[in-house]
Amino acid sequence: MILRRLCLLLALLAAGCAGPGVRTPPPSAGVELTEVPFFPQQDYQCGPAALATVLTWSGAPTEPEQLVARVYVPARQGSLQPELVAEARRHGRLSYEIEPSFGALLAELRAGHPVLVLQNLGLGWWPVWHYAVVVGYDPDADAVILRSGRRPRHVVARATFERTWRRAERWGLLTLEPSRLPASASPERLLAAAFELERGGDGSAAERSYRAALARWPAEPRLALALANRQYARGALAEAAATLERALAAGAVDGMLYNNLALIRLALGDEDGAERAARRAVELGGPLSDEFRDTLEQVLRARSRPLLNGTP
Amino acid sequence: METMHSLTRWLCRPLAAVIFATSLLVPTAHAGMIGTAVAVEQARVEQQRDELKRFLDRDEVRQQLEAWGVDPSDAKARVDRLSERELAQMSERMAELPAGGNEIIGALVFVFLVLLFTDILGFTDVFPFVKKTVR
Repeated sequence: MILRRLCLLLALLAAGCAGPGVRTPPPSAGVELTEVPFFPQQDYQCGPAALATVLTWSGAPTEPEQLVARVYVPARQGSLQPELVAEARRHGRLSYEIEPSFGALLAELRAGHPVLVLQNLGLGWWPVWHYAVVVGYDPDADAVILRSGRRPRHVVARATFERTWRRAERWGLLTLEPSRLPASASPERLLAAAFELERGGDGSAAERSYRAALARWPAEPRLALALANRQYARGALAEAAATLERALAAGAVDGMLYNNLALIRLALGDEDGAERAARRAVELGGPLSDEFRDTLEQVLRARSRPLLNGTP
Repeated sequence: METMHSLTRWLCRPLAAVIFATSLLVPTAHAGMIGTAVAVEQARVEQQRDELKRFLDRDEVRQQLEAWGVDPSDAKARVDRLSERELAQMSERMAELPAGGNEIIGALVFVFLVLLFTDILGFTDVFPFVKKTVR
């Protein structure tokens, strides 16, 4: 009967390991995000309830009932992780899977971000999958605070939580308003997550995410490229050029930036600047050096000047 | 002729509208512009390379390589020359490594991984599906 209340999910997981818990010293400062709403779970539908919790918190008001049809598979009495990730994006949120560590989870809580987690409440060979939302950590009791199932404030010993979480490969999802950055983000993972927004057709959400990331990592060339490409795509050429120039001034070194800057400057009518940038791209070379050379040729053709002798 | 004409018109107008709308929605990247997808893919490959290097840094991997007469620093230097396909092959297998717990499975996957790696590098020739790049 108790088990019937739990969610059985169809996550694709290898046999877990029911070894001893992780023995790390309890982290010091506590945190509890009391403003995170609670949606009691109906039947097996912990996926929709947990997702509605974090979406509503992130400023995209959602009821679990709206999500059931989209993320719940009745035949399997559960939801798939990729469906939750995609659904959050559909609401214009940045879906970000955190690094699988308690440290990353805690860093997000301290930044004020609740984390949707997958747990295996059973054992490796008899899994009982469950989605919940971590909203706090109490260092005195060394306990994790969750919105889970029908319990608005479920307090679990950290060792127990870590065991159930580890059996689900420590899967944790953030759904954030795109201009808000995960505390534990790396530029590469952030870029990939934001690009998924863009690929899904939400260019403006992606742009907000790139912009926020670039504010944290001003010299990260790929983020600058991504933001400038968004600006270029909506016709803001001067903005795009400025984005690339700022990143280069901040110390980004990458032929890609010069390559695109050259073409944007050309479109803006700055032929001298375009040629300087194109030449710099060719100088820097790399795996895209053929493209860089084509760009230089294009720029020089536009200036109707023959390719200089000796240029490969 | 009349019907033909109106049919063409009936077809062409919405079609033209669709084409025009699409051209607005999907801005054709200027010839030569490096797209964001390229950068994302580059970052992913780089991450795989780093992951593999970290794997080679593990003591048990170094010991295993040395036992087979492979200089670990040599092996690491060659990671940079692995193709994206080979990298993907390694990453896929590394994802199968259990985080802890089942030691028998862990040991098997581990030996398999090291062998796969030395195969790709051309030190060994165990798996028929590995295309050798380094000769």
